[in-house]
Amino acid sequence: MNQAHIDSTGASRGSLKSYATGFILSIVLTIIPFALVMTGALSRSDVLFGIFAAAAVQIAVHLHYFLHLDTSSAMRWNVLALVFALLIMILFVGGTIWIMYHLKYRMML
Amino acid sequence: MTTDASTIDSVNSGEVERSDTVANQAFGFWLYLMTDLVLFASIFATYAVVGRNYAGGPTGKDLFDLRYLFVETMFLLFSSATFGLAVLAMHNDRKGLVLTWLVVTFLLGFGFIAMEINEFYHLILDGNGPQRSAFLSAFFTLVGTHGAHVTFGLIWIAVMMGQIDTKGLTTPVRSRLMRLGMFWHFLDIVWVGVFTIVYLLGVL
Repeated sequence: MNQAHIDSTGASRGSLKSYATGFILSIVLTIIPFALVMTGALSRSDVLFGIFAAAAVQIAVHLHYFLHLDTSSAMRWNVLALVFALLIMILFVGGTIWIMYHLKYRMML
Repeated sequence: MTTDASTIDSVNSGEVERSDTVANQAFGFWLYLMTDLVLFASIFATYAVVGRNYAGGPTGKDLFDLRYLFVETMFLLFSSATFGLAVLAMHNDRKGLVLTWLVVTFLLGFGFIAMEINEFYHLILDGNGPQRSAFLSAFFTLVGTHGAHVTFGLIWIAVMMGQIDTKGLTTPVRSRLMRLGMFWHFLDIVWVGVFTIVYLLGVL
């Protein structure tokens, strides 16, 4: 409860523990993808999977430990806005890539 | 439980409206960050389309130094953590400590921007500026937009240091500091996308 309770300024407050956890996790999740690419120990597809998985987890870590986003009622509208933004981003990026690469294929470039 | 307790406290001291205003300000700023996310999505989409069009010029593998980038990333990551410490100090009403951590955050953020400007400077000096290829145009747009955000974040940190020093930790100042924190952590999230998609994928 103390990790993300709301104080009188209406802002979600973290604890030293939550910031430390988030910080250590993000350091580890930064070292992993850099090491994967720099050592070249794994196959290309494994590295691709590794760096995208690490990025996704790290973004979740930042949202939870630094921006204190959770499923509490106080954060409901923030989460809803984020989900909507993600939907727009998926349409935006996914749609662009889909159309442009299809166009390239059709034009046999 | 703690939420209920502080709400009751606010009712008793007649500060409900003020507390609501601050919560609304935080939510409004969150909505701005979400629109900023969509802006970055459009630049990422552009990069995804033209990021491999080198026009016979250098590729990401030729240009990017991952060791350099790792240090740069650490600057931003550490600055996020020190900002968290500043916010914790704010909750404990320790003004001096807040200022100290903000100075550290500013210096780390400045280190990040200095490294980025240095990278841009050497790219342009070697004739690999934004006009060289579609890849480099998209690269400078994406990384430059993030860098511009960090620069405005630095200005904001400097302004907040001034306000904390002159006004003290009043409710409006606390509210602004919390929003600055949202902005600063948000930039770290965007940077995770940048170093993964532009640098790591570019070198791979």
